[in-house]
Amino acid sequence: MGKLVALTGNYAVAYAAKYARVDVIAAYPITPQTSIVEKLAELIESGELDAIMIRVESEHSALAATFGAAVAGARAFTATSSQGLLYMHEFVHWTSRARIPAVMAIVTRALAPPWNIWPDHSDFMDQRDAGWIMGFAMDNQEVFDLTLQAFKISEDPRVYLPVMIGLEGFILGHTTMLVELPEQEVVDQWLGPRKQEYVIDGKEPLALGNLAWPEDTEEMFMEIQKAMDNAKKVIKEVDEEYGKLFGRKYGGLIQCINCEDAKYFAVSMGAWSGDLIEAVNKLREEGYPIGVIRIRFCRPFPYEDIWEKVKNSKGVIVFDRSISFGAWGPLFTDLLTGLYHYTNNLPIMSNVVAGIGGVNITYNDFAKLLTSFIETIEKGDKPPVFTWYHKR
Amino acid sequence: MTTSNPQSPKPRPPLPYNMREVVLPGDAACPGCPIPMAWKVLSAVFGEKMILVIPACCSSVVVGAYPGNSLKASVVHVAFASAAAVASGIAEALRKRGITDVQVIAWAGDGGTADIGMASLSGAAERNHDIIYIMYDNEAYMNTGIQRSSSTPYGAWTTTTPIIGKTEHKKDVAKIMIAHGVPYVATASVAYPHDLYAKLQRAKKIRGFKFIHIHAPCPVGWRFDPKYTVRIGKLAVETGLWILYEYYDGKIHLSGPSRPYIDPKKRKPIIEYLKLQGRFKKITEDKIKEIEKYVEQHWEWIKRHM
Repeated sequence: MGKLVALTGNYAVAYAAKYARVDVIAAYPITPQTSIVEKLAELIESGELDAIMIRVESEHSALAATFGAAVAGARAFTATSSQGLLYMHEFVHWTSRARIPAVMAIVTRALAPPWNIWPDHSDFMDQRDAGWIMGFAMDNQEVFDLTLQAFKISEDPRVYLPVMIGLEGFILGHTTMLVELPEQEVVDQWLGPRKQEYVIDGKEPLALGNLAWPEDTEEMFMEIQKAMDNAKKVIKEVDEEYGKLFGRKYGGLIQCINCEDAKYFAVSMGAWSGDLIEAVNKLREEGYPIGVIRIRFCRPFPYEDIWEKVKNSKGVIVFDRSISFGAWGPLFTDLLTGLYHYTNNLPIMSNVVAGIGGVNITYNDFAKLLTSFIETIEKGDKPPVFTWYHKR
Repeated sequence: MTTSNPQSPKPRPPLPYNMREVVLPGDAACPGCPIPMAWKVLSAVFGEKMILVIPACCSSVVVGAYPGNSLKASVVHVAFASAAAVASGIAEALRKRGITDVQVIAWAGDGGTADIGMASLSGAAERNHDIIYIMYDNEAYMNTGIQRSSSTPYGAWTTTTPIIGKTEHKKDVAKIMIAHGVPYVATASVAYPHDLYAKLQRAKKIRGFKFIHIHAPCPVGWRFDPKYTVRIGKLAVETGLWILYEYYDGKIHLSGPSRPYIDPKKRKPIIEYLKLQGRFKKITEDKIKEIEKYVEQHWEWIKRHM
C-alpha cells in the first residue's frame, strides 16, 4: 500500500509530477505557485526525479518550452498562477489547438490591479475557452490524485488535449494536510509511457501548425469539441480505475454530497466547497433538504451529470469565485445555458459571486446564504438571480 | 541561386545541395525571396535531420498551406515571441530521450528576433541550450507588409516610416548575442552560400547555443528587381555595410568575403548599395554621411575585438 505523508497542496502537485515520471519541467516563479517548482528542482537535484528543468525567463516561455518538450515526445509539466497564467495565455491556446498533451497546475490567485496575492478563481476561469481540460481540487489528497490523473486523461488517444488542474493558493497551496502517496510501480503500470498522436523528433519529417484554409482550420477545432465530449467518458473511466487501484474514487466530473433526497442544490468548485459541505451538513441537521454538487471539471462542463441530479429540484444556487464583468459568475452562466437544453421549466436558479480577491468565506456565510435562498423560495418568492456577496 | 561564385578568383565547387530532396519546389515564396536560398544551404548541412521552429514570419507562409509542406524536414510553427523557448523545450526533450543526430533550429525573422522574440532569445542563449538560432534579417516586418522593425536600417522607407524614413540605426543583435557569452555567433548572407555553409558546419560541431544572423535582401520590401537578391547581398558586403564574421573563443574572426573591406579604400561607395533599392529612393546626402559614419564605427568595433 501507499504511504501517508504531510504535504502542502503545492508539494502534492510536485509529488504527482514525480510519480508521473515527468521528463521535462519548464517553469517561472510566481506567488503562490513557486514552491511547486522549488520542490521539483530539489527532487531533480537530489536525484529523486530523473527530469530536466528549464528555468525559463518568463511564463510565456514556460509554457512555450513545455509545449516544445511535449511536441518532441517528453512528458512535460509546468505550473503557474495569476498574472503568469495571463502572460502565457497565447500558449494556452497554442498547446490545445496543436493537440499536444501536457499538464499544468494553476495555483489560483486574484488578478491585478490592485496587487493581491490571495486566492479566487479569476485566473483559472479566464482560460475556459482555450480547449484545455480543466479540473479543480478541493483538498490536498485530491490535488495529488487529480494531477496524477491529468497525465492519464491528457494522453488518452480519445482526448489528446492538455489538462490544467486548479488549486487555491495558500488555502491548499501552502496548507499542510495528510496525503496518501501510492506505490510507484502501481502508478507506472497504470500510467504507462508517454502517449501522443505524433512526435516531432527528427525520425521522420513532420510539420505542425502550417497555415491552413478556413475549412481545414474549422475541422481541426471541431475535433477538439469532439475530444472534449470524449473526455467526459475518459475522466469517469480514469476515476473508476484510480478508485480500484488506489482506493479513492471521486465521482467523475462532479462530486455529490447529501444529494439523494435533496430538493435544493448548492453548486461550487474548489477548496471553499469544504466550507460549503460543512454548512450543508449543519443545515441537514436542522432539516433543510439540501445537497452539494461540487464541480471537479468545468471543461468539459458536466451539464448532463448536474441535470441528472437537479432535474426534480426546487432551486439551485451556484457559488462562483470569479466574475465575468458585465455578466455573472461563469459557472452559473455555463450551468444555466446547459440546463436550459433539457427543460423549459428550470428549477429556480440563483448565482452568488463571493470570495473575490481572497475575501474569506466561512461555513457561517454559506449557511446564511443557503438558508435565505431556501426560505425565500419556500415563502413563494423568487431570490435574486445574481448577488455579489460582500462582507466587511 | 548559382552553385559557384563566378566573381571569386578560384571557382568554388558546388555545395552538396541535394536541394530538391529537402527544399521542395512549389513553395509560396515571392520571386527572388532569400528564404528558400538559405534553406537550401541548411539542407546541404543537415538534410532531413533538422527541426525548424518557425514563429510568425514570412517563412510561416513560404512553406505552404496545409496539408502541403515545401520542406522535407520537420517544422514546428509557433507563436511570435516563442521560437527560442519552444526550441529550448524540443532540444531538452531530445536530450532526455537520448536523440543526438537531429539539429534543432529556431528560424525567425528580424521582428521575431530583435523585437518580440528578444526576451525568449536572451533567455535561451543564457541557458545555453544546444540549438542553432538563425535570424534571417530582411530588415522589416515583411509578412505584414513592410513595417519598421528595430532591425530596419537608418534612412529606410517602410510603411510605418513612410515619409521621412527610419530615424534610428539598426539594432545589432549579433553584438547582443556576443554579450551573452554563447559559444558561437556568426553573421552571414544569402549571397555567400559557401560562407553560410561553412558557418553552419562549424555550428553543428559546437555544443551549446549558436546564433547566426543572415542578411536577407527582400525584393518586395526593399523595392528592387527580384533578380538582384544576390547582387544586393554582395553589395552590402562589398560596401562594408554588412560585415561577415564569426565569434568564438572570445574574439571575432573576420570571414573571407569581408576580409578585403577592413581597408576602407577597398570598399565600394555605399551609394552603390543604396541606389538599387527603392526604400532608399529619398535618402539625402546627410543621411548617407550618417550611414557611412555608422559603418566606420562598426568596423572599428570589429577591429577592436579581432
